[in-house]
Amino acid sequence: MESLVFFFLAAFAVTTAVLMVLQRSPLVSAIYLIANFFALAALYLLLRAQLLAVLQIVVYTGAIMVLVIFVIMLLNLGDEARIHPRIAIRTWVTLVLAAGFLSEIAYVFSLAGTPAEGTALAGGAESLGTVESMGGALFGKFLLPFEVTSLLLLAAILGAVVLAKKKG
Amino acid sequence: MSPSMSDLTAIAPLLLVAGTALVVVLVDALAKRNRILGPVLTLAGLAAAMTFALPALGDAPASAAFGGMIRTGGFTSFFTLVFCVSGLLSVLLSMSYIETMVPGKGEYYALILLAVSGMILMAAAGDLVVFFLGLELMSLSFYILAGFARGRMTSNEAALKYFLLGAFATGFLLYGIALVYGATGSTALAGFPSRTGGLQQPLLLLAGLALLMIGLMFKVGAVPFHMWVPDVYEGAPTTVSAFMSTGGKAAAFSGFLIIFTPALLITQPALRDVVAAVAAISMVAGNVIAVTQTSVKRMLAYSSIAHAGYILAGVVAANPAGSNGVLFYLMSYTLMNAGAFGVVSLLENPDGSMLTFDECAGLSRRSPLVAALTAVFMFSLAGVPPFAGFFGKYYVFAGTVEAGFTWLAIVGVLMSVVSAYYYLRLVVLMYFNDQPGGQAVAVRPFGLAAVIVAAIALIGFGIFPSILLGLTARCF
Repeated sequence: MESLVFFFLAAFAVTTAVLMVLQRSPLVSAIYLIANFFALAALYLLLRAQLLAVLQIVVYTGAIMVLVIFVIMLLNLGDEARIHPRIAIRTWVTLVLAAGFLSEIAYVFSLAGTPAEGTALAGGAESLGTVESMGGALFGKFLLPFEVTSLLLLAAILGAVVLAKKKG
Repeated sequence: MSPSMSDLTAIAPLLLVAGTALVVVLVDALAKRNRILGPVLTLAGLAAAMTFALPALGDAPASAAFGGMIRTGGFTSFFTLVFCVSGLLSVLLSMSYIETMVPGKGEYYALILLAVSGMILMAAAGDLVVFFLGLELMSLSFYILAGFARGRMTSNEAALKYFLLGAFATGFLLYGIALVYGATGSTALAGFPSRTGGLQQPLLLLAGLALLMIGLMFKVGAVPFHMWVPDVYEGAPTTVSAFMSTGGKAAAFSGFLIIFTPALLITQPALRDVVAAVAAISMVAGNVIAVTQTSVKRMLAYSSIAHAGYILAGVVAANPAGSNGVLFYLMSYTLMNAGAFGVVSLLENPDGSMLTFDECAGLSRRSPLVAALTAVFMFSLAGVPPFAGFFGKYYVFAGTVEAGFTWLAIVGVLMSVVSAYYYLRLVVLMYFNDQPGGQAVAVRPFGLAAVIVAAIALIGFGIFPSILLGLTARCF
């Protein structure tokens, strides 16, 4: 049952991701991305990562995508102009390389095998995704990476100010 | 777990650099008119970080802090030193240079400090999570710094190109980390090679390591992933190019040394062969394309691809001689490449046009000092004996031969001969060509001081290589 749900969600996530790239209207692309985020959140739930699933919806689907759609509407973006590739051969080479990479990864995963259906989860796995254990990990073992993230955000904010501020 | 005092002292250089970044941002906001305070604070912060890194230089066995997230010891300290030197030289070069380009932007120095913090985290990482965050912190700062000259098309192009390709490369790196985690069940780097030995399915691990390698090779600018290098180094403000090509490259190579350790490369010969092939292609392509360049900055960009190849050869060696060679090379490369870009920043037209070889003709008449300094950097980059650049190449190739990769050393030496052509062409033009005219040399005392210090250090380490070797030998 669980693997059935997984494959349904995975197929849904891949389809929406592909559709998002193929769409010419930025707004429709954004909506496909939202659908993709919902599928990812459901996948996190399957992995017993409840908090991550909720955050995925609240932060990405909620806050970030609202911002993206807001910007798209504010800028009144029309459909992307169709780009006619001048060198068709480059597209084909890219496609062949991408297909090669995909089959390599698929081969690696097929060799790695999948755990049998209904394998018991490792001890304590059920509680791994709770707010409590996530918080414990974030402010315990991963305290330094957590703090470093704030530096990363500072650099991003500085960048936005430097590159977007009016001259003067 | 709250961090103990020993945890905090272990990352003292990082705290100093990141703390100074915060102070510089505040100072820039509060004292708008004061142009000198920001760079001076930056220099002080970097110098303080250096002094805090010095005592640990002799500690060979790495110890852990923050529950294994951070590794301290000689290796971390040596790289911290390299990053601080790169930062100090770039800041000195930038003073009054960046002001002519974009007036009143104190954020510049804060971003340099944040980039140095990222580099220190990369070299000190005891866990792939920390390494990734450090890499991103450094890269993000680089993207912004590359586009700092907002009014110039080339600078905008550099920032956008670097950002898009860099984000793509980050995807590979992150996917690699995920696969390595999937294969080994941990992101910790301690005991990494021994943990990989008993795996039943090494293919998943190999795939992860290959993707990690792609991400790192992009960052060092090795050949199949070098497309961004010429455009970014040419388009970015010259002092930023000096910083990116030295500190950034050294940081990415620290990643090579802590992830693709000699022990791992010896147990996984397939990976080793890939690195050897990439090293050879980088040396050939970088040097051959550099020969045809007319812009000095673009020539330096292609030559930096070639140097990435030489240093990768030291990684391939996977023995003490090669690893020491990599560290020695990175320190001397930092000095000579920051110096070379520094000279370009002094000679450049203020209008932003690229410095061509022809404009350097007869420089020895106009400015004997700058011409002599340029000659030092060019000879060192070419690997001519009395300078540190020679010993870097010597140790790297000695390690490569010792490891049985003689063909790689032969390719390296042959390509060094090719590189002598374009490095020395500049020297010949400066000294044996009496064309009148050309751009006047900019008078920037701080920039000139940085270039002079770099040249003296290059000659010093060239005559007494044992000073550096004594340090590098205790890093592993």
